Amino acid sequence: MTSNSISIASRPAIDRRFRLQWESAQNAHVLLYPEGMIKLNTSAGEILKRCDGQATIADITASLEQSFSTGGLSDEVIAFIAMAVENKWVAVL
Amino acid sequence: MNVQAKKPGPPLWLLFELTYRCPLHCAFCYNPTNFSGIGPELDTDDWLRVLREARALGAVQLGLSGGEPLARDDLEIIVAEAHRLGFYVNLITSGVGLNETRIAALKAAGLDHIQLSFQDSSQQMNDFLSSTRTFDLKSKVAALIKKYDYPMVLNVVLHRLNIDHVAEILQMADKLDAEYVELANTQYYGWAWHNRAQLMPSRAQVERAEAVTKRFRERNGRPMRIYFVVPDYFERRPKPCMNGLGSVFLTVTPDGMALPCQAARMLPGLEFPNVRDMSMENIWFDSAAFNHYRGDDWMKEPCRSCPEKSRDFGGCRCQAYLLTGDAANADPVCDLSPHHHLVTEAVALADGPRPIESAPVVEKPLVFRSPANSVRLFS
Repeated sequence: MTSNSISIASRPAIDRRFRLQWESAQNAHVLLYPEGMIKLNTSAGEILKRCDGQATIADITASLEQSFSTGGLSDEVIAFIAMAVENKWVAVL
Repeated sequence: MNVQAKKPGPPLWLLFELTYRCPLHCAFCYNPTNFSGIGPELDTDDWLRVLREARALGAVQLGLSGGEPLARDDLEIIVAEAHRLGFYVNLITSGVGLNETRIAALKAAGLDHIQLSFQDSSQQMNDFLSSTRTFDLKSKVAALIKKYDYPMVLNVVLHRLNIDHVAEILQMADKLDAEYVELANTQYYGWAWHNRAQLMPSRAQVERAEAVTKRFRERNGRPMRIYFVVPDYFERRPKPCMNGLGSVFLTVTPDGMALPCQAARMLPGLEFPNVRDMSMENIWFDSAAFNHYRGDDWMKEPCRSCPEKSRDFGGCRCQAYLLTGDAANADPVCDLSPHHHLVTEAVALADGPRPIESAPVVEKPLVFRSPANSVRLFS
């Protein structure tokens, strides 16, 4: 699936080859994969932890906007998910 | 002034060398040549305690290696505890001893990843690839790895005697449905150091192997990621070994010694702490051995005033020691090192005519890693 097919109705999930977890020693979410690790910044971590295969990108955006008392995050979330799909961190259903 | 150096981050990468026991006898092994004289292995409870202490410090990637880690019958227990603690658990194995019972138990215990290495399991180096027995074993193990839904990651150590077979190696990897293949040129520590003259490829061999790899990458077909790790003797700048000693990496040897890199146990003048005597926190933050090569106060010229020191940290301490006799020297792979000729001479020797190819009887035979040879070398 290409990033072109991502819409607000897509349901992203962490790809099965990766594991997302919170690392308190690094004060960050990380993506773990064979013999490697990607340390995520706050917004990347907040988006990815909501990618459970159930929530749509619209749901994720609404949840983020509520948690951080802000609006207009939709484009940013879509762009990030597209990048995450490109890197195979995330698969969209 | 090391005490004033910035407090190091967590030991993110923890490597357990669970045992020096191994069913194979690879002449390129980096394990110490005196392994047969090294004291008893840690018991299960020691490993589990070290896991808990390291995880509390922030360790997150765990490598289980050896020797052959499957030689430990408590491997499944160690994996289960590591998984429970939140480690990402990598098994680095020859596959010898990996049957369906064990892989099912390892999967259930939470093992995340298996790296299957290829090596010569016999003393007939020329049979490296044609050995039907090896291929059958690897095929079976590869099928199990697939069946249990692990990515197929192959590691092949290259050296003078097999590097000309890179095309066949890649075809074999393709046949095994590998997703990743690491073609890792031998690094010269331990047994490989002892056998360096026999294992060092010529520059022409390295270039041919790189060209073959490039062609294979460009072929049409099933995607397979291939990493070709160039032997550092052929480079002009050193590798940023371990990202600097004591920065992210911690190895525990079978007998419990904590090391800032797998090969460091050879470094003279450092007393490496044992996990039987000291907590991981003390080892990582307070021990002299782990602090010694942090920062750059230990550096000599030309590294000390070099603008590249923050990129490569002066290269590999073990290589500096092995080649120059002083671990604080620049890694002689660097062409700014006054000892660089030691590297170019070794390569030049590899480029010249070789007794191993020109005469049936060689003066210095390849010494295979075995308990008997280990005893003999140190008797």
